Amino acid sequence: MAKYIVKRLLLMIPTLLGVAVLIFFLMRVVPGDIVELRFAGESAFAQKENLDKERARLGLDRPLWEQFVTWMLGILRLDFGTSMWTGAPIIEEIKLRATLSFQLAVMATAIAVALAIPLGVVAALKQDTWVDYAVRIFSIAGLATPSFWLGIVFILGMLIIFKWLPPMVYTPFWVDPWQNMLQLVWPALAVGYRYSAVATRMTRSSMLEVLREDYIRTARAKGLWEKLILSRHALKNAMLPVLTVVALEFAFLMGGLVVTEQVFNLNGLGMLFVESVARRDYTLTQALVMLVAFVFIFVNFTVDLMYAWIDPRIRFR
Amino acid sequence: MTDRGGCRLDGPVRMLAIVLALAVSAVSARAQDKPRYGGELIFAVPSEMPSYDGHREGTFGMVHPLAPHYSTLLRVDPNDRTGTKVVSDVAESWVISPDGRVYTLKLRRSVKFHDGSEMTSRDVKASYDKIVFPPPNVGSQRKGQYTNVEAIEAPDAWTIVFRLKWPQASFLASLASPYNWIYSANILAKDVRWYEKNVMGTGPFVFVEHVKGSHWVGKKNPNYWDKGRPYLDGYRAIFMKDSAAQVAAVRAERAHIQFRGFSPAERDSLVGALGRKITVQESAWDCAAWVAINQDRKPFDDKRVRRAMTLALDRHQASQALSKIAVVKEVAGVQVPGTPYATPPDELEKLAGYGRDIKKSRAEARRLLREAGVPDGFAFTFTNRGVPMPYEPVGIWLIDQWRQIGLNATMVTIEASQHVTELRAGNFTVSSDAQCGYAVEPDLDLAKFQSKEISHNNYGRYTDQVLDELYQKQSRALDSEERKRYVREFERRLLDEQVHTFVTLQWHRIVPHNARVKGWTITPSHYLNQQLDTVWLTE
Repeated sequence: MAKYIVKRLLLMIPTLLGVAVLIFFLMRVVPGDIVELRFAGESAFAQKENLDKERARLGLDRPLWEQFVTWMLGILRLDFGTSMWTGAPIIEEIKLRATLSFQLAVMATAIAVALAIPLGVVAALKQDTWVDYAVRIFSIAGLATPSFWLGIVFILGMLIIFKWLPPMVYTPFWVDPWQNMLQLVWPALAVGYRYSAVATRMTRSSMLEVLREDYIRTARAKGLWEKLILSRHALKNAMLPVLTVVALEFAFLMGGLVVTEQVFNLNGLGMLFVESVARRDYTLTQALVMLVAFVFIFVNFTVDLMYAWIDPRIRFR
Repeated sequence: MTDRGGCRLDGPVRMLAIVLALAVSAVSARAQDKPRYGGELIFAVPSEMPSYDGHREGTFGMVHPLAPHYSTLLRVDPNDRTGTKVVSDVAESWVISPDGRVYTLKLRRSVKFHDGSEMTSRDVKASYDKIVFPPPNVGSQRKGQYTNVEAIEAPDAWTIVFRLKWPQASFLASLASPYNWIYSANILAKDVRWYEKNVMGTGPFVFVEHVKGSHWVGKKNPNYWDKGRPYLDGYRAIFMKDSAAQVAAVRAERAHIQFRGFSPAERDSLVGALGRKITVQESAWDCAAWVAINQDRKPFDDKRVRRAMTLALDRHQASQALSKIAVVKEVAGVQVPGTPYATPPDELEKLAGYGRDIKKSRAEARRLLREAGVPDGFAFTFTNRGVPMPYEPVGIWLIDQWRQIGLNATMVTIEASQHVTELRAGNFTVSSDAQCGYAVEPDLDLAKFQSKEISHNNYGRYTDQVLDELYQKQSRALDSEERKRYVREFERRLLDEQVHTFVTLQWHRIVPHNARVKGWTITPSHYLNQQLDTVWLTE
């Protein structure tokens, strides 16, 4: 097992390196110039001398290979540099937003799992009954409804019915739990519902597959208690694909909730990502892509470890 | 006639009662108009500043949250709707030499920085030196605007003198620039870039907190030089990119106002939902929707083709139709309608494309296309900026208008940040273009249209020395009537004779805000009137 873990950890390095090369050069290919955007824009008084000075200050006048090497050396020291737009350390820019994004991802995942697993199991057990149909309609509706749209519906509903809106400014949970929940519970519900729809369908189909396995029939033939068969033999095995879906969705939530963040005015990583690309803030975009890549790789790695924990066959292999 | 259960009022008594009632209501109305102290103004800001240094940055996302912390030498009158009347701020008076080259300003003696130190001419000189003659490692976004400044002197602690190389009509307005904040000379001497990450001014509000991407907080400065002001206890700016979120915030009273402006549909939804709880202020906006034509490309090097393109536009009809769905409205020339140098409507109608008879204009456009050797019209690409409001509706309207004279334009929308780069590099044929000024002032508004050798964002890529000369003449004309004449000549040459570029419609600024917000007057510029010292909230 230890060998397996080390091997997987070492495999992360070339993957991250590949992402780094790709994002660095992709950003340079995209047209647009942060210096012109910030210091020239629509101004008739912008002077070339000023723009050149700024480019030199940001290191954009240096050869591409030199910029790349400098950046890579920084990454090796875990120094992502400063944002080209704000001049603030990138770690600081990300840290500020990561708390909110992480909390929202955890809340949405909790809501999704709390909905998906019982619903998926019940739907599988009551296959082709009205219960199954109701769960399927609920989950298909979730798949068909973009979370930002549901967010807009929540906001309009609260505005029109209660003349109330969630707080617009983030308060950390440890500062004021009530305010924090008041703000984040709505986006978590909007995102969690769509997320649960994917997981519900996966749980249902996975459970149906497992329930038809020989070992379930054997367990029933042995006269095992049905609840035990379901929880120990069926659900545990059915969880493997569900775990993958839940984990990947979680990784996606860490940086992909752009529109939902916009709708609820959340200061998260998704918005920061979009803004950094729009501003051609190379250093910040590169760091964010590396972060998201790392989250995906790490989550995948964790899922693989959990697979081994859930399924002994993987461990023994 | 008897009252039931009430007392009967005879003639004189009734008269007295009416007079008393009127007096009470008048007192109550006056009480409503009288500024009230206290409260926190909450406003939404659709953009956020890269740094805190006003001398370096250009975005309104910096001006709105930060302007209340600073003073400028002069300012635009907070009650002037044209945004052109210059009044004093920390300079209490000024004298201009007869040749228009020396500006001597006397400073107020009671101005203190937020750290308690006294503001003197040394601070003003250090601030303006940073703007006009920045050190090599410091960026000054508007340095190019002050090339005329020969020297800045501080002969005594309360006097500051600007010596110009030549007279400049707009110089006073330049001293009222909402970006030219007065910084502490001591701080600048220690670290000239300190203000990029810190705040310390002489303005009506003291800095409290900035959480990036979230909000900015300021509180009342008890030592503000203008005794009795500000009225508010503080303010909170919430950064909100999404306009739907801004509207929702105003509607739910989570924010009192968003100073930049909303679309007509957003205004209507707020008025519909809040009724009398909302006040709407509107003004022609010092931004215009222009069309840039790349004269390096054929057949756009032919002024007959360019003239045909502007003649095809029915601006008067568009003003009515587009203003219902987009932030454009006024039919305008090179100056914001209703401001001192704007061309009156009847005179404007004499320019190509401004006439009321659209059939006649389009017949003339077709004749010009025939003369230019393209009788059947031609196809071209119209590059539009990837910002929906107002570029998308204006772009669709333009394509329809050009189609009516046989020009077949295909709209290609590109991301806003790429749009600037493409325009500057000349990678376009015909494109949307915009210009927003921080003040309505011909020197600022016309500079862009000078020859490409002078103007960094002359996207038409033309050279026109006559236009350059007219720019200089209007800039140096100290007599306002003479200056008006040069501005009109400039306008005629730019929009009518050469049609280097043309304006479609002036943007229209719409600010619906909570009716509790008082003491704030809309101006054509969303950069002006943001110090908030005159703003107050009713009960």
